[in-house]
Amino acid sequence: MSYKTTIHGRVYSFSDLKSLLAKASPFRTGDALAGLCAESYEERVAAQITLADVPLKVFLTELVIPYESDEVTRLIVDSHELNAFSLISHLTVGELRDWLLMDETTTSTLKSIEAGLTPEVVAAVSKIMRNQDLIAVAKKCEVITKFRNTIGLKGHFATRLQPNHPTDDPKGVAASIIEGLLYGSGDACIGINPATDSPSHVMSLLRMIDQLRQQFDIPMQSCVLSHITTTLELINKDKDAPVDLCFQSIGGTELTNTSFGINLALIEEAYQATLSLNRGTIGDNVMYFETGQGSALSANAHHGVDQQTCEARAYAIARKFRPLLVNSVVGFIGPEYLYDGKQIIRAALEDHFCAKLLGLPMGVDVCYTNHAEADQDDMDNLLTLLGVAGCNFIMGIPGSDDIMLNYQSTSFHDALYLRKVLGLKAAPEFEAWLIKQGIVDAKGQLTSTNQVDLYNHFGSLWIK
Amino acid sequence: MDKVIKAVPNADGPLNPLKEFTAARIGIGRTGTSIPTKQSLAFKLAHAHARDAVYSRLNIDLLSADIKQFNLPVIVLHSKAGNRGEYLQRPDLGRKLKKSSANRLKEHVGGYDVSIIIADGLSASAINENVIGLLHTLIPLFMAAKLKLAPICFVEQGRVAVSDKIAHLLNAKLSIILIGERPGLSSADSIGAYLTYDPKPGLTDESRNCISNIRPQGLAFRPAAEKIFYLVQEAFRMKLSGVGLKDNQVLIGH
Repeated sequence: MSYKTTIHGRVYSFSDLKSLLAKASPFRTGDALAGLCAESYEERVAAQITLADVPLKVFLTELVIPYESDEVTRLIVDSHELNAFSLISHLTVGELRDWLLMDETTTSTLKSIEAGLTPEVVAAVSKIMRNQDLIAVAKKCEVITKFRNTIGLKGHFATRLQPNHPTDDPKGVAASIIEGLLYGSGDACIGINPATDSPSHVMSLLRMIDQLRQQFDIPMQSCVLSHITTTLELINKDKDAPVDLCFQSIGGTELTNTSFGINLALIEEAYQATLSLNRGTIGDNVMYFETGQGSALSANAHHGVDQQTCEARAYAIARKFRPLLVNSVVGFIGPEYLYDGKQIIRAALEDHFCAKLLGLPMGVDVCYTNHAEADQDDMDNLLTLLGVAGCNFIMGIPGSDDIMLNYQSTSFHDALYLRKVLGLKAAPEFEAWLIKQGIVDAKGQLTSTNQVDLYNHFGSLWIK
Repeated sequence: MDKVIKAVPNADGPLNPLKEFTAARIGIGRTGTSIPTKQSLAFKLAHAHARDAVYSRLNIDLLSADIKQFNLPVIVLHSKAGNRGEYLQRPDLGRKLKKSSANRLKEHVGGYDVSIIIADGLSASAINENVIGLLHTLIPLFMAAKLKLAPICFVEQGRVAVSDKIAHLLNAKLSIILIGERPGLSSADSIGAYLTYDPKPGLTDESRNCISNIRPQGLAFRPAAEKIFYLVQEAFRMKLSGVGLKDNQVLIGH
């Protein structure tokens, strides 16, 4: 099907839905690198005007990647619920935006259409929304998940404590964990990116954190972000393996996932294996997924689909497995995909919005690399915007400097800043623990008097 | 009104003993819930070094003067990326050789064993500071092994795969590209070495072996050169490089 509009006598036509989506995308370097982006400012807005008039029903029949050749498309089509869709089936993309922004459209209304939305529909509507719109609608969504604590409640804001170390040295990792806990970080999870994917390494880190958790009775969960096959192997070898969460990076096309060494059947197998360990105390959301715009292009697996639409398609995979946590690693991929602070901020707000609308417990790794045109000020802006938008969690990294992955994310301090200025609290069970330990007071503020005691309690007792 | 109380962020406070276990920025203290001035500016300085490294340029005159002692010709080349902005946004252009540069290589075609290529990558300052130290150890190893070396090539705005075209045009059996790695906050001066047997355009990363973090405070020049030399010998013996060529060498003391 062809799409067109006329601006000042000039006809803009778009050969199919995927090229219309690509041309309607706010500018980012990845789409330019892929040769998909609009060639002028006018063409981009022409595409957005055209896209706004496309009926949502069209998205059910015109698939951006064929059903036969891509298992992610098959998942999207086969899991689509027509009952939920029927509430919005009479709308166009533009009308969907207007409806999302209406005061009458509440948290529960959005929940009722969740299963009727496809990734392509939410990607499409995001392309005609301003940053403000993305924030306003995302804020209405509430996605709550549970394992040993409750994440995603309105008014709460969690952090993944990320204590990475260049050689996975358990003492080095533990030092960052203890510091993080004393800053009230870690309610989303303690999540380590291992420097090497060796099963024995991963197991020793898991055991170390599990011992810490049990010794201090912390209502939290841990994860070593190894390849899913490593986690599966650990579970299959040892039914007592302390695997709380199963992690995997996912992309929005079958080919992207092939490049990651995964497919849907493998994720399902690992999901069932992790569930079988039955380690959650108040809930059984056991999966943790990471995503990021540009991964499909990087794997040369994008099928001519723009990077933001590819990203949204990855969320269809995530929601199938009822994850505890999902986050976009938005600025990690580099300037050839997202060039500067402006592009990174826009992409992060899109990712958060699209994921929330599809029902995912979305967090964001607010981050950049040293070859991107971005700095800590951009991250402060993004962090604050995401806090306002109701983002479920961010990362907590000592001094925002990840010494293993060599990029900058958010610090323990950053999360405290956000909780303070927006009046947000940690996950309730975790906060109760922080208060009991004397780390924060009843208002959630860090206590200042007894840090020596706290250090003695955790550090010297545990490391030395 | 009394003077305000001076905030005394206690960075050397009770958390400091944890610092001996990691180079992570722990124990930096806080003022309110924010990072104290001194630590905040230290972070900015580290980022500034990394940013300057990304925008640094190869000091080819100085480097060429030093390389003269090996009696090897020096050729200066340029990728198809016209400037840093284009280089950062279009990695594909950094992998291709500018036409005039390709023509320049035609005068130097020969049957070489090894072609050494030096590129700015994401940190020309890494090359400016450390490549001579590495070459002083590496080139004598090749010469002692009677390997025929191609002219040393410098590439501005180059990425790893540009070495395929260069070594292929020169007719070299193996290429080694020494390239500035993406700067981190803790170091902006790391060189990466990528080795490719039978180099030709169209190869991907699985055809290469990489030795990373070459700098005095990382993988020092001597062990780095020995590791490269070991991989070169193995590549010639097995007639391949990349995933099929495993690094089974155990360096004494490492």
